Amino acid sequence: MCGIAGYSGALPPEEAAPLLRRMCGAIAHRGPDGQGIHVGSGAGLAHRRLSIIDLSPDAAQPMANADGTIRIAYNGEVFNYIELRRMLEPRGHRFRTVSDTEVLLHLYEEFGPDFVCHLNGDFALVILDERNRRMVLARDRMGVRPLFHTHHRGTLYFASEVKALLQVPGVEGGIDPIALDQIFTLWAPIAPRTAFKGILELPPAHMMIIENGQARVRPYWSLTFPDERDAAIHPSEDDMAAQLRDLLEDATRIRLRADVEVGSFLSGGLDSSIVSALAARMAPAGLRSFAVTFDDAEFDESAYQQIMARALGTRHHTIDCGPDDIASIFPAVVWHMEQPVLRTAPAPLFQLSGLVREQELKVVLSGEGADEIFAGYDLFKEARIRRFCGRQPQSRIRPHLFRKIYPYLPSLQQQTPEYLAAFFGTETDAPDDPLFSHRPRFRATAGAKMFFSGDLRAELAGYDAAEELASSLPDDFARWHPLHQAQFIETRFLLPGYILSSQGDRMAMAHSVETRFPFLDHRLVEFAATIPPGMKLRGLREKHILRKATADLLPPIISERPKQPYRAPDSASFKSAAGTYVEEILSPEAVSATGLFNPLATAKLLEKSRREPLGGFRDNAAFVGILSTQLWSREFASPHAHRTCEPTV
Amino acid sequence: MSDAIKNEIRAFIVENFLFGDDTAPLADDQSLIASDLVDSTGILEMVTFLEERFGIVMADAEIVPANLDSIARIDAFVIRKRETAETTAG
Repeated sequence: MCGIAGYSGALPPEEAAPLLRRMCGAIAHRGPDGQGIHVGSGAGLAHRRLSIIDLSPDAAQPMANADGTIRIAYNGEVFNYIELRRMLEPRGHRFRTVSDTEVLLHLYEEFGPDFVCHLNGDFALVILDERNRRMVLARDRMGVRPLFHTHHRGTLYFASEVKALLQVPGVEGGIDPIALDQIFTLWAPIAPRTAFKGILELPPAHMMIIENGQARVRPYWSLTFPDERDAAIHPSEDDMAAQLRDLLEDATRIRLRADVEVGSFLSGGLDSSIVSALAARMAPAGLRSFAVTFDDAEFDESAYQQIMARALGTRHHTIDCGPDDIASIFPAVVWHMEQPVLRTAPAPLFQLSGLVREQELKVVLSGEGADEIFAGYDLFKEARIRRFCGRQPQSRIRPHLFRKIYPYLPSLQQQTPEYLAAFFGTETDAPDDPLFSHRPRFRATAGAKMFFSGDLRAELAGYDAAEELASSLPDDFARWHPLHQAQFIETRFLLPGYILSSQGDRMAMAHSVETRFPFLDHRLVEFAATIPPGMKLRGLREKHILRKATADLLPPIISERPKQPYRAPDSASFKSAAGTYVEEILSPEAVSATGLFNPLATAKLLEKSRREPLGGFRDNAAFVGILSTQLWSREFASPHAHRTCEPTV
Repeated sequence: MSDAIKNEIRAFIVENFLFGDDTAPLADDQSLIASDLVDSTGILEMVTFLEERFGIVMADAEIVPANLDSIARIDAFVIRKRETAETTAG
């Protein structure tokens, strides 16, 4: 794990080296163990190092090949580097270190830009090939590691985080209104767009090849599902469960490769319990596990965490998320996320990675990804019930099923069947709409756009984020089973755009911690896509095949536990003394100065939140969305912007 | 009479669901759900408001979009409820 930065273009050497050092400085939290820069002809690379594999100075980066014509700066891990090295050695490649980085250099020498197809891992990398006057940027398949770029005065700049790009003189941090509309509808911008106007991300599973001054971006992998009629052919469930187990074990095994201790998140849910159970079996020296607990019982899962920790014999560490915590760290959280969000859920994960670092660990395993590839989210069940209700719109019985999947939403429990049907669009949403599965979520989220200012609405001129998402779906999408369509939307958009970034890489790297995701091993992702929908979602039982494949690993109370979504208190978090800064940042003057939201409506929302807990999803999303956008603007788009260190309250 | 009820309902919606923003016209027959103005919490707030302000009691079966999904429907429902209450009392 690390941070990278660099450029491709004609920069005077006397400007290049100081700029690369400034860019590195802005992302020092990603790599506290070292720094290196290389200024070449028409290009420069910079690297902040977090040493995990081969801790010696020989593995420092940017690293060059034997004749010094190819260099690499690389953020992340390639977990199959041992197998790749074994494949390369008989072909004449000689290695001088035991690092994974050097394997990548040799692999590039052997295969050219297509070397990325051989990698199993989480990475964002740049190869500078001076022999062929070529630069290659690439990002892992699922979007675990970030990579941003921008063109300025004929030079391409790139970096692991936007704050490094903001060190380039003339590159500004203004908001992209379209991105803001996308966040306030879809929860995240549609790649390559970012919250920053003029700054793009390299999408997951894509590479950029720069030759002769021309940059081409192309995918090297894509997530696909079988045609719906093929998906109806059922292989043996036992065989599928056995294959799943083999793949998951191997995915976990290679993710334990490190020259430092590897720990595990343990939330008390099914997915992190499975990963921790497998890791505990493979870690002879014992496993350390980490979890957040909440003062508020509505969000707390500590009882389940304790059950699992005892069952596995892990050394379990917890950090409590109390009434002041989210408010006091939220400005720093926004600075690290670099994009507005509609939920406070990233904040406790920021605390959690701080705990991991405090315990002197650099690497943890996470169960993230299982809900996407094995259909764990409530949204998948919700879409099934909506279709079921839509077939008999007059039924007063069928809408009661919505209550069953949302036991943790009291206001929903009190609704009549008619209102349940209306909220979930069972009569209005077209079953052949490609976004059918996500329409209620998008509608509920977009309700928060009522706080947009008149100027912002005028600039957006009727723009429809959901329409753009629908138009970006692949050609064969229409032939997939509805569950697979829903899984694709979750996996290709929300997972990299929010879960793996705002709740993932950014929160962990804020404390120089690398998170590894066995469920996101691409072999497992590809295999899961071939599993028949009914084996993933069996009736309303989510992740059926995963439970079956791992039942022997877990106590039944965990193995059979229904999905509890990870949530944190939203607007209520800012009522404490630590949230007093909110009055200033949401004041009519501050909101008017930013120009993005209606100052009077925002003031009333704040007043309401101070008077009583905001009950509805829309109001909470609006509160957190406006607050995070205001904080984002202060940190990146104001005269005080471009800070190189975390803001404090 | 009817306009007075309508105006109160409108004022409640603007204040609570639009946070005072009355710049966009809110038509009498505009669907509150389709306009993303109310969610499941909002409906419960609305029921509380109607019961407290207009002195009516709503049965569970009456909490349906046919009665509550626009200003015009709410207005008609409140009038109907009051008339029924008066008839019963008389």
